[in-house]
Amino acid sequence: MPVPIKSTLGILGDNLRKRHSALPLGRRKVTAWTRGLGIPRGGKTVLYTGQMWQMVPAINAMSRQLAKYEHSRMGFLFGFARSMNKLVNLTPLLARTSAREREEYDRRLRNIARLLKAAGVEFGYLYENDLYAGGLAHDEGLDRGFVAHAERVSENLRRAGVERVITVDPHTTNMLRSVYPKVVPGFSIAVKSYLEVLAERDFARRRSVDRTATIHDSCVYARYEGVVDQPRKLLAGAGVRLSEPELSGTLTFCCGGPLETLFPGKSAEIATRRIEQLGSVNRQVVTACPLCLANLSRVAPPETEVRDISDYLAEAYCPTEAPA
Amino acid sequence: MKVDPDFLTALNLGGGFDARMCMNCGTCTALCPLGVELLPRKLFRYALLGDRDRVLGQTETIFSCLLCRMCESNCPAGVHIAENVRTLRTYINREIHALAEA
Repeated sequence: MPVPIKSTLGILGDNLRKRHSALPLGRRKVTAWTRGLGIPRGGKTVLYTGQMWQMVPAINAMSRQLAKYEHSRMGFLFGFARSMNKLVNLTPLLARTSAREREEYDRRLRNIARLLKAAGVEFGYLYENDLYAGGLAHDEGLDRGFVAHAERVSENLRRAGVERVITVDPHTTNMLRSVYPKVVPGFSIAVKSYLEVLAERDFARRRSVDRTATIHDSCVYARYEGVVDQPRKLLAGAGVRLSEPELSGTLTFCCGGPLETLFPGKSAEIATRRIEQLGSVNRQVVTACPLCLANLSRVAPPETEVRDISDYLAEAYCPTEAPA
Repeated sequence: MKVDPDFLTALNLGGGFDARMCMNCGTCTALCPLGVELLPRKLFRYALLGDRDRVLGQTETIFSCLLCRMCESNCPAGVHIAENVRTLRTYINREIHALAEA
């Protein structure tokens, strides 16, 4: 018996409507990554995370929970969970995360902020107003809730006086750049991924990473947003020698996301096929999306290492980070 | 096959479903990472014919689609496959899952 689609999507929709996120995290978890970076509040240009990196540990935990019920007769419990969740935010209970895992994903946001600083980009951050962009609700066809949420996010950006947004993941990039203008009248904020911003800059590396790797393109970056050359240019500049898998660029093969939110087993099958394709080219795999990183890492054999592109770029372009 | 003449109109309330250009060549099916034979070629044919029951019988398949656009990027007829699948989800959420408020 599959995970009950209706109850799971109901929880997602309820969370978005009542708590403004697919998996409401709380302010501390959303902004913990900024500690010690001295990023100013607000501004005309802001780094917008859409909470995606911060949410991945919770998505992983939720996916592990769902996997337990995917083929059990206990799916009816999701109906109870939805009723309870309407009253109390169950995310901290259903999706328990460890400090270590949160730190691992927060580190990538710090990498990105440090890279932008190293490239001389001036930006602020909205802190508690860095709202989730609603990608999962859009993908799952929860249109009414999604549009209401998009209007909320748009109004939030307008009130903060934001004119340009630098995004950190493909899904938020796609929502803000390609979907919001269709559903929010007058939405005209300029949106670029940090990879696009960095690729436009001419800034020198501090050291060569001097490694070989293979690259996994995110479906959303490559096929929805046309971001294919930028990661390659940046990696080459960092000293990474890339080998391309057979399915790459606009022909990339999916990592299995965002299927992990409804069908963790099917998602893992797709991810396993992809990691085998990538591993046959090189045991070092570079991703550029938090969901790709999570899905491929989950199924990677011990000899295959999956790392985010920002790890390589920060190593090459940023000064060494002082220990916390 | 039971045909519901109003199905396509109801499905397309938001204007997102259009598979009329599909010529049933099967490129999408051949490329689908899920390897689901039904998705999206036959599914769209059922929708165009108004076979509501057969479409709704594939709810799990519809929600399994990765929206990865491997099929869409290679569709010789230029069908917006991912948006069509998303529209089917919206219809099911509204009419079957009673998640209208969501």
